[in-house]
Amino acid sequence: MKTLTAPRMERCIGCHSCSLACARLVHKNLSWDKAGIRIKSSGGLSTGFEANLCLACDPAPCAEACPTGAFSQRKGGGVIVRKKLCIRCGECDKACPVDAIYLDFTGEPFVCIHCGRCVPFCPHDCLELKSAGSAAAAGGEEEETGS
Amino acid sequence: MIRDHFRVLRVDLADGRGEVVTLEGRDTVAGGSGLAALLFEKYGHVDKPWSDPEQPLIFAIGPLTGYFPLMSKTVCAFKSPYHDQYAESHAGGRSALSLRFADYDGLVITGKARRLSVVSLGSRRLEIKDVHYMQGLDLQITGKMLRRMFPGSGHRSILRIGPAGERGSAIACINADTYRHFGRLGSGAVMGAKNLKGIVIQGDGSFDLPEGKTYAALFQDVYKKLTDTDMMDKYHNLGTPVNVLVLNGIKSLPCRNLQQTHDEAVEGISGEKFAEETLMRNTACSGCPIGCIHVGFVREKFMEPNQYLYRQVSYDHEPIFAAGSMLGVTNAFKVLSLIDVTEKMGLDVMSAGVALAWATEALEKGLISERETLVPLKFGEPEMYKQALGLLGQGENDFYRLLGQGVLKAAKQYGGEDFACVLGQEMAGYATGEVFFTSQALGFRHSHLDAGGYSYDQKHQDKDVEKAVGFLVQDEKERVLLTSMVSCLFAREVYKREVLAECLGSLGYKTLADNLEALSRRVQEQRWKIRVATGFNPSAVEIPKRFTEVITWKGKVDGDYLTALQSGYAKRIMEMGRRD
Repeated sequence: MKTLTAPRMERCIGCHSCSLACARLVHKNLSWDKAGIRIKSSGGLSTGFEANLCLACDPAPCAEACPTGAFSQRKGGGVIVRKKLCIRCGECDKACPVDAIYLDFTGEPFVCIHCGRCVPFCPHDCLELKSAGSAAAAGGEEEETGS
Repeated sequence: MIRDHFRVLRVDLADGRGEVVTLEGRDTVAGGSGLAALLFEKYGHVDKPWSDPEQPLIFAIGPLTGYFPLMSKTVCAFKSPYHDQYAESHAGGRSALSLRFADYDGLVITGKARRLSVVSLGSRRLEIKDVHYMQGLDLQITGKMLRRMFPGSGHRSILRIGPAGERGSAIACINADTYRHFGRLGSGAVMGAKNLKGIVIQGDGSFDLPEGKTYAALFQDVYKKLTDTDMMDKYHNLGTPVNVLVLNGIKSLPCRNLQQTHDEAVEGISGEKFAEETLMRNTACSGCPIGCIHVGFVREKFMEPNQYLYRQVSYDHEPIFAAGSMLGVTNAFKVLSLIDVTEKMGLDVMSAGVALAWATEALEKGLISERETLVPLKFGEPEMYKQALGLLGQGENDFYRLLGQGVLKAAKQYGGEDFACVLGQEMAGYATGEVFFTSQALGFRHSHLDAGGYSYDQKHQDKDVEKAVGFLVQDEKERVLLTSMVSCLFAREVYKREVLAECLGSLGYKTLADNLEALSRRVQEQRWKIRVATGFNPSAVEIPKRFTEVITWKGKVDGDYLTALQSGYAKRIMEMGRRD
């Protein structure tokens, strides 16, 4: 199973094309928030951007915290989401260590399902769908030069 | 579609309350420029001065905002402190999508706050906060403070003014999200007059999309067209600064207060030079994959030994012309440091640069002295200009306060009207000839973006007045259609009428889609009607003598042709602007 990674965020121009694509194609919404990937400036526009997305934990704390099975463990990391089972308790959001889950004001959760449909919309190739354990999934493409 | 009417938030700063207003008119004015005109008709006063607290400051988006790529601009409309007439200024950043996701088609701010304030709004919030302690703060610090004070990082827009706007300079801008601006015609002073330091728009709402596959497939098609064309190269690669060498090569780059149209040393400020040596990264407006915003850096040694600071500064062709060639400054880093000061002050960089160019020539000619300028302005001396920009922004003395109202106002007092580079407002960076000069001098926004006059000059050798005027009227009409959607004008090659009609149709705006010709004509005329009602007389616009002395690759500007163009275009404007 592949997972979505954001290994080249230093290239990000903040166009939000990825999160708008996710909202449009996966969650059938026009939104900045109701998306599995959300872009934030990292302390003001002058310091670049960060992607807020699921790190594909295995085991996933959000799935462990979900009391109804709406979030269950996905092979290769991350979660499988069954919205019909969700009771809007927000426990998944509390359990996520990296704030990757967005709860709308009704308590409905939105999280990355690692489908990769956002990837072709990134004009700078910041995103990559990778097999678990590969270099990009492990984070970073650049070599360290030592100190 | 979200709704077949308009949902507008009106905030009255006098009583500190908001009102959600429902307005009909979607099928007749669409949004953007059309909605702004509709809102000015409802809330504006043609017979009261711009600074009257009752005058509205309007922001409007369109039916396609957020739904399609590059539908990323906001139209700001107001009665301008520059000429006390109806005006528009446009900007992107996150402003358009923030307003969309805050669930408003328009925002109208009326009244004057008792003390300096910030309006913060979202789909589920409205707050007017007293920020008297921010008085006089520069734009950079203001941005940092507002980011800390209000929620929504990454999904909000922060519009703010600097010292120039607070003290009513007619060339003060509203900064949108650090790198974009509602730059021209003094919108910053309108906020200042309302005691409004900033507007924070949180884009925290969401909307259902149309049923079926049509919309998503059309989005994909438009996205592909926009990213496959040479737009990516033109605007993303070197960006608009690619024009610097091109215009210099055809003797059309305004240099040293338009005493020249060519500068041998221009390679120091070419788009290529900026990219090679100063470019740190590109950034984008929300909803636009092009990423045309080029961010360079200023590095300054502030202490020995080797203690440096740096700041990031966005650049484009227009700021490079205004803070570069127009002032004889041909070092890219020096140009960035001048843009940086202009940003802090919250001045429109085009007007500020052209103002100092005029002041330099006036000083050379002895019309003014250092008693007025306080520093010895000299073409090619950036350190002097850096100080002068601060003095202009702060309105340091009578001279700078008057200059901050526009070059012609200063020239009327001190002399030097002949060489004031003013075409309705301070000129943009194209000295291509008669059609552009006419287009900016008489155009609705007095902007190089009103119509492609600079392009017409480059493509036509003939002097057919009727054809040229016909082009200006027709091109303005096409652009008005785009600014009613509200599209970035960089996408104009893709968003032709058929594509716009398809986009509108996919969202359920069938009537709009079927009536684009009538819509564009109606909005074009409506804007002119308001403009004329607020006092505009295109026949009375003075095009200073300097423009008739310009020598381009075509030779000397033809004064008779220029006069005939002005007369012909003025007639057409009055036909459009006449009240029935």
